[in-house]
Amino acid sequence: MDKSEKLALSLSGLLLIVFFGALMYAAAAEDLEVPTCITDMDPFTTDTLFQTSEDTYELHMIARMWAFQPSTIRLPVGSTVDMYVTSQDIIHGFKVENKNVNLMAVPGAINYVRVRFNEPGEYFFACHEFCGAAHHTMAGRFVIEESVDEPETIGG
Amino acid sequence: MSDYSFRFTKSSKYLNAALIIIPMVLLFIGIYGGLMQTLFRAGIIQSDPFVGGDYYKGLTFHGVLNAIVFTTFFAVALGNALIPYSLKKPLNTKVAWASGILMLAGSVLAAIVILMGEATVLYTFYPPLKAHPGFYIGLTLLVVGSWVAFFNWIPMYLEWRKENEGKKTPLAVVGMMTTFIIWLVATLAVAVEILFMLLPWSLGLVDQINVMLARTLFWFFGHPLVYFWLLPAYVMYYVFMPKLAGGKLFSDMAGRLVFMLFIIFSIPVGTHHQYMDPAISSQWKLVHGIFTFAVALPSLITAFTLAASLEHAGRKNGATGLFDWMWKLPYFDKEKWFFPFLITGLIIFIFGGIGGIVNASYSMNTIVHNTAWIPGHFHLTVAGPVLLAFLGGSLYMVGQFMGKKIRFKGFAMISPYIYTIGLLIMSYGLKVGGLMGMPRRTNTGASYANPDSVLYQPDWVAYIDMSVIGGSIMFIAVVIYLVSFFGTVFSKSDSTEEGSVVTFPISEPLHDEPSTWLRNFKPFIIILIILIVLSYTPVIYDVITTTYDTSLPYSPNSPVPLR
Ligand code: HEM
Ligand SMILES: [Cu+2]
Ligand SMILES: [Cu+2]
Repeated sequence: MDKSEKLALSLSGLLLIVFFGALMYAAAAEDLEVPTCITDMDPFTTDTLFQTSEDTYELHMIARMWAFQPSTIRLPVGSTVDMYVTSQDIIHGFKVENKNVNLMAVPGAINYVRVRFNEPGEYFFACHEFCGAAHHTMAGRFVIEESVDEPETIGG
Repeated sequence: MSDYSFRFTKSSKYLNAALIIIPMVLLFIGIYGGLMQTLFRAGIIQSDPFVGGDYYKGLTFHGVLNAIVFTTFFAVALGNALIPYSLKKPLNTKVAWASGILMLAGSVLAAIVILMGEATVLYTFYPPLKAHPGFYIGLTLLVVGSWVAFFNWIPMYLEWRKENEGKKTPLAVVGMMTTFIIWLVATLAVAVEILFMLLPWSLGLVDQINVMLARTLFWFFGHPLVYFWLLPAYVMYYVFMPKLAGGKLFSDMAGRLVFMLFIIFSIPVGTHHQYMDPAISSQWKLVHGIFTFAVALPSLITAFTLAASLEHAGRKNGATGLFDWMWKLPYFDKEKWFFPFLITGLIIFIFGGIGGIVNASYSMNTIVHNTAWIPGHFHLTVAGPVLLAFLGGSLYMVGQFMGKKIRFKGFAMISPYIYTIGLLIMSYGLKVGGLMGMPRRTNTGASYANPDSVLYQPDWVAYIDMSVIGGSIMFIAVVIYLVSFFGTVFSKSDSTEEGSVVTFPISEPLHDEPSTWLRNFKPFIIILIILIVLSYTPVIYDVITTTYDTSLPYSPNSPVPLR
């Protein structure tokens, strides 16, 4: 094998190892993970939001043609949300603007992510899997405010 | 291995010309759909002015015709050309025609039900959206037809190996066989999905379907699908390009190693499309992620080998100094119109490759999954290097098999450059829009880009408009190309006796090592099977044990199930 070829091959391998190491670091140190199997949650058919500790909420969200239930979630700054998502009909999905939240909502399965909102503002999300004729109208948002008397959900 | 000609039978020439011309027409319909999509997304049109129907019907035929039909036909045509040519063995034309007819019948059937609006399920056809059974049957026929083409080559290959013991199989043959080995294994999964799940369910023989299982089988196929697109382009890069540039292939062994690595790693990676899915444990997603990084290696080797080959060509063309060789390549030589189709693709692939590594990067996929970034990315791969190499290859082959001189060479030569400019603009718009949260597969023109809608997202509009500009330039470039293509097809034949033989620009190697360990597919296929079992058993187990319900079929037009 040519010398330059060997060098190129080793550098390519090294580059990939460095990239991969960075991902492992992110997973270990920053807790950046991808969704996993959820086995400790019963299937649900209605959406709810409830408080589980001082700043922590549990949200059960249902995606359906063509709305998220709930579509607006109003919470105080500093809230952590345990989000469980499923679909009532066909596949949907969404990514929350400016957040590391991206979930597929698949019928017959529950998806989960934990997210914390440290900054006030509106966090928009749009359905990002084709779900039929009105797919482009299926959207929602988290509204995070300095003071929220009563966390609430709209559209359900 | 230098310039030699091979006499194809008349029948196999007709067949190969047909396998190129018919999908070119379908590609044009598909690309027309692409242009309309950019207009829909910007709110310029609300329904298709010629074909009728909404955004999603257009998106379905765009994806199916361009990415599945056109690519499959071209891969088969290239194999039908290069395998007999390189092995100097005649093609069994009866079997080859049978394969072509199956593929054509299937594609036309699928295209008809899509254009009738009976299969608006996009090219991924995820259940529980249900298409007309004709859609599933059509895709099956297309795939089976491509298998038949492959089965036609296997005896030729084995016979040649027997007759030429101790000789290296020509690289072009290794590349085409690799392409179809991967294709065969991958399509087995989608055949199971279609024949045992989707088709009986769409016919009403089975009531319900496990959506996650179908989705997982689809992606078992879906990732190797991208290598099925890419590998014929790689064959042309390795085999044709060095010679077209006036040089030699830097390393023959690199080419062989690359193809074998693709056999091993291109399948046990499919779950990287399901990083954001439920019902699959993150540790298995990570395993698929590791293999995905492994499959990036052959592409990095390719980048080096091809650049080194081009440098060698540039120096032979008189370049001195460190970078001068870059300017000594036939970028604008009308007589070498094929070269621009390959070099533009390589430049685009730099961006495509980087984007691919971002997508593959496990947790980083959270930022991009299913956003407009994704179509931004894969137009830089399948609608970039792959499309351009296939267009160049189609024009070359149509000239060879019809015995015609290429007409409007200047048009052909310039079209890949124009296309590249348009593509970079469109993809930039899609990618940046995606990073801002813009979803893929979405008719933004009817909501997010419409100032009268409550969902209006003013920040996205500039990026949506960029894709209109870029997409229009791409479309114009394809039209310019088609002038040359159909100009050639419909020109008066100048077939003399000499014109009836076929020649391909086959490069000689600069470094030629024996690489005996890379001569046999068998060990690599065995490793592949082991890796598939190891990586997919736990995934399928997870999917089956953690889903709790199955689904009835739905139409895209109603939230109420069809049964
Ligand atoms: C004039 C050229 C083209 C234009 C303007 C164009 C434009 C587009 C647009 C706007 C989308 C929709 C993005 C979305 O809503 O997610 C799209 C999707 C797509 N395009 Fe193209 N495209 C072109 C050529 C091609 C070619 C040549 C191929 C393949 C060989 C291709 C393959 C695809 C695929 C597979 C999809 C995804 C469909 C889906 O998500 O279901 N495109 N294209
Ligand atoms: Cu949806
Ligand atoms: Cu992939």
